[in-house]
Amino acid sequence: MIAEAGLAALWLGAALCALQLVAAVLSLSARVERSRDTFDTAPGGTSLDFARDERGLSGLIRPVAVAQAVLTALAFACLIAVFITVDLSVKLVVENDGVGRPLMYRFSGTWGNHEGSMLMWVSILAVGGAAVALIERRLEERTLIATLGGQAVIGLGFYAFLLFASNPFARLDPAAPAGQGLNPLLEDPGLAFHPPTLYIGYVGLSIAFSFAIGALVTRDVRPAFARAMRPWVLGAWIFLTIGITAGSYWAYYELGWGGWWFWDPVENASLMPWLAATALLHSVTVLATRDGLRAWTVMLAVVAFSMSMIGTFLVRSGILTSVHAFAVDPRRGSFLLALLILYIGGALALFALRVGTVREGSRFDVVSREGALVINNLLLSVILGIVLIGTLYPLVVEAFGDKISVGPPYFNATAGPLALLLLIVMAAGPMMRWRREQLGIIARRLIVPALVLIVALVAVKALHPAIGLWPLLGLAVAAGVGLASLAPLWGRNLRRTPLHTWGMVIAHFGIAVALAGMASDSAFTQERLVAARVGETMAIGPYRVTLANIAPDFGPGWTALNATLAVKRGAGAAYELHPLARTYWTQGTQTSETAIQTVLDGQLYTVLGASAGEGRWQVRLWWKPFVTLIWAGGALVAIGGVLSLLGRLLRERRNELRKAEVWA
Amino acid sequence: MKRQLTLWLPLAIFIGLATSFVLGLRKPDDRLVPSHMIGITVPGFALPAIGTDISGLSAADLATGKPHLVNFFASWCVPCAAEAPQLQALAAQGAPILGIALRDRPADMRAFIARYGNPYRKIGMDPDSRVQINFGGSGVPETFVVDGKGVIRYQKIGPIADSEVGDLLAALKTAS
Amino acid sequence: MKAKNQRLTLALLAVAAVIGAALLAMSALKDQAAYFYTPGDAVRDHLPPDKAIRLGGMVPKGSIQHFPDGVTIRFLVTDGQATVPVRYSGIVPALFREGSGVVADGRFDASGLFMADQILAKHDERYMPPQVAGAMHKTKSLK
Repeated sequence: MIAEAGLAALWLGAALCALQLVAAVLSLSARVERSRDTFDTAPGGTSLDFARDERGLSGLIRPVAVAQAVLTALAFACLIAVFITVDLSVKLVVENDGVGRPLMYRFSGTWGNHEGSMLMWVSILAVGGAAVALIERRLEERTLIATLGGQAVIGLGFYAFLLFASNPFARLDPAAPAGQGLNPLLEDPGLAFHPPTLYIGYVGLSIAFSFAIGALVTRDVRPAFARAMRPWVLGAWIFLTIGITAGSYWAYYELGWGGWWFWDPVENASLMPWLAATALLHSVTVLATRDGLRAWTVMLAVVAFSMSMIGTFLVRSGILTSVHAFAVDPRRGSFLLALLILYIGGALALFALRVGTVREGSRFDVVSREGALVINNLLLSVILGIVLIGTLYPLVVEAFGDKISVGPPYFNATAGPLALLLLIVMAAGPMMRWRREQLGIIARRLIVPALVLIVALVAVKALHPAIGLWPLLGLAVAAGVGLASLAPLWGRNLRRTPLHTWGMVIAHFGIAVALAGMASDSAFTQERLVAARVGETMAIGPYRVTLANIAPDFGPGWTALNATLAVKRGAGAAYELHPLARTYWTQGTQTSETAIQTVLDGQLYTVLGASAGEGRWQVRLWWKPFVTLIWAGGALVAIGGVLSLLGRLLRERRNELRKAEVWA
Repeated sequence: MKRQLTLWLPLAIFIGLATSFVLGLRKPDDRLVPSHMIGITVPGFALPAIGTDISGLSAADLATGKPHLVNFFASWCVPCAAEAPQLQALAAQGAPILGIALRDRPADMRAFIARYGNPYRKIGMDPDSRVQINFGGSGVPETFVVDGKGVIRYQKIGPIADSEVGDLLAALKTAS
Repeated sequence: MKAKNQRLTLALLAVAAVIGAALLAMSALKDQAAYFYTPGDAVRDHLPPDKAIRLGGMVPKGSIQHFPDGVTIRFLVTDGQATVPVRYSGIVPALFREGSGVVADGRFDASGLFMADQILAKHDERYMPPQVAGAMHKTKSLK
């Protein structure tokens, strides 16, 4: 019963979405007609009717957007209910759920599958649209209507995808006796909440995209538009940052390889929207504050959402990682591809047609904050292009019949140096004034950070003569840039510093922190691989690790070897770590469960391998100094984003209140 | 005029990308791991049965002079259940299907065929995937066409779709 | 001179950046992209030592030798055209076995021995729902 209610709610939501689109198109065309009437004095019959109805139609669009969100959220709630109660007459539940599973995984199982995740996509999209409809009062009404129209176009495509190609509520007749359950490997909190985080980021970018479309349709690319778009971009960017950081940590502890980024297509699929969103975040600031970079900002909004769509397509269609992507319905890939071509192609065509008629924004000096942001945007775009080329190159080459794979050496060699350059621009940019800055002043401000950079360079090289070039540069740049990123706070009354300035400083500092972690990891990591007997002691970094015991262990669906490692650092107390070598008997898969000890100055990372014969066990140990800074930096970046968002929203609220007082 | 042309450049780049996506989608099979064994005789094997009513499977069952379909499946594999109706359809049209159950337990296998039907003439249990490796297989479900001399002629990776029943029947025919 | 020229400078910068990026990507792709080699390719192309590549092929039966240190193995990889020796120290994935496919990341040393840093199992008997395959692909294709 719940499933039918959910499906009905979904159909109604889709119908309202269509209504939203129709209302947007009619009220916009009515307005165009009417404005033409005033010039031409030659009214067309039908357009007059629309013009008469115009108030009703445009008044309709906000409530419709809200109702659509309520219905779609209801549909999603129904799916959650079906999963939590384990309704075995629903096909999706049978395939992805099981009675005995913990409540949390029954809950997260809702979106741990294709259909459920697409429904989640649409729900977030609809709720985002409703939020725009409810909150947004700054934009010109026509641009808002066009934005909600754009949102409805995107929504309709995904509704069609859900209803015609991946109905989550499909029944199974007869009902199954038991659920198949998710792969026990997937019962991991990281995996349960990672996809929704990225999805919220993607959907936030879709709203920025709709704003850009709205602005192109009405030719209203002005600071007000940028100010309306900015919180959405910032919000999306925060979620993408969290998603990437968490995903990287998940790969780090789950894979047991000691690495934290592998440059494979799925990681790149989440990195590319982040790069585009980062560029957009900075260019939208130029547009909001200085009314510059109009066409570029619109373009970036289109590109950012394109990257989310391309990312979703690459992952969902299995086009790049399809070695074992069985049961990928080819129709799904084609459907997503059709949507992608329709939306992105349409948006780019609209861009080409319209942006020429958008008036040029205001101008600025090359040496100015705008100039620095332009360079930031260029570098980010170039990195984005390099990642995109590297990710898609195998696909393109394959179209000509060759097989090739692009690996980490390509990405490290190209994106690495550019990222270091980008960081230096990041350090200098916030020190500059808008419009025009004198080179001399900037040079003077950069002296101290530059000195720190050089001192760090020399000191690290002196202490560790064997260090590689890139880790050395990375550490030095992190030191210099970390200091420089704090400069905007220098000489300010910290209490009166606006929240969004704090946000920027913390985010920039977080980038430097993350770089320090990456460089430290690649420079100072120590690794040991030993076939150890029980009782044997191994030395790694500051630790002495003794293999105290190997015992059998078991859990739901798996049996394992459980190693007891007694870990001692210097004269400190010993404690135990328990890495596991698991075998899942339902599927015959083996995994290593790492055991990680986090301390202030790094992590001890331990993995248990197989028996090495003669009573020995393979044990792999890493001592990774300051590796945690990578994710701590990511967290700082996200916190900076949150502060910045709060600061902007609070300031706007204050301004509104002030305005209200003036009027009263 | 020049400015107008550059404005179309992003669209042109995107069309190039989209074309490569379309081409990539149209031949997804290429990226699957193909068997190195096509054209090669299956090495000898003998697999136990799940009980007395359905017999086990050995290499001798393949070299009977007539082509067979060999289907690798498992009770723990969801797409295997999804392709069950297609296998039934193949069996109904007279295709001789031999099953090899991977990493499975007899009780689970019984429950599986009780639930989804049994299109198989014989079912061999392959608990450690030895035979699958000998076939050069890469996953489940997977279906091979083996001719009357025990030579592998065709490999279908992944579940059999409705539209592919005809392909398999045709492959059986060309193998005889 | 002012405004117009500044715009021009920015435009030139942009063009320079794009061209630079394209050149960088091209040269890097030329060097690094043929990252995946079969033993036949590797022998034919006379790969320079110490170039990081990914080697893929089959492990012939009876070719795996265990070293007395308990963590190092030596095995052969073949694609039917050529056979190369591989040495690997580390934890071997469960799916790695004789008579099966293997993909290894590493580099050749001067003597033609492939020093693997990482072994990836090419085949995977585990069914993975495609929807989670995206998120899980690492464990899936690499473990």
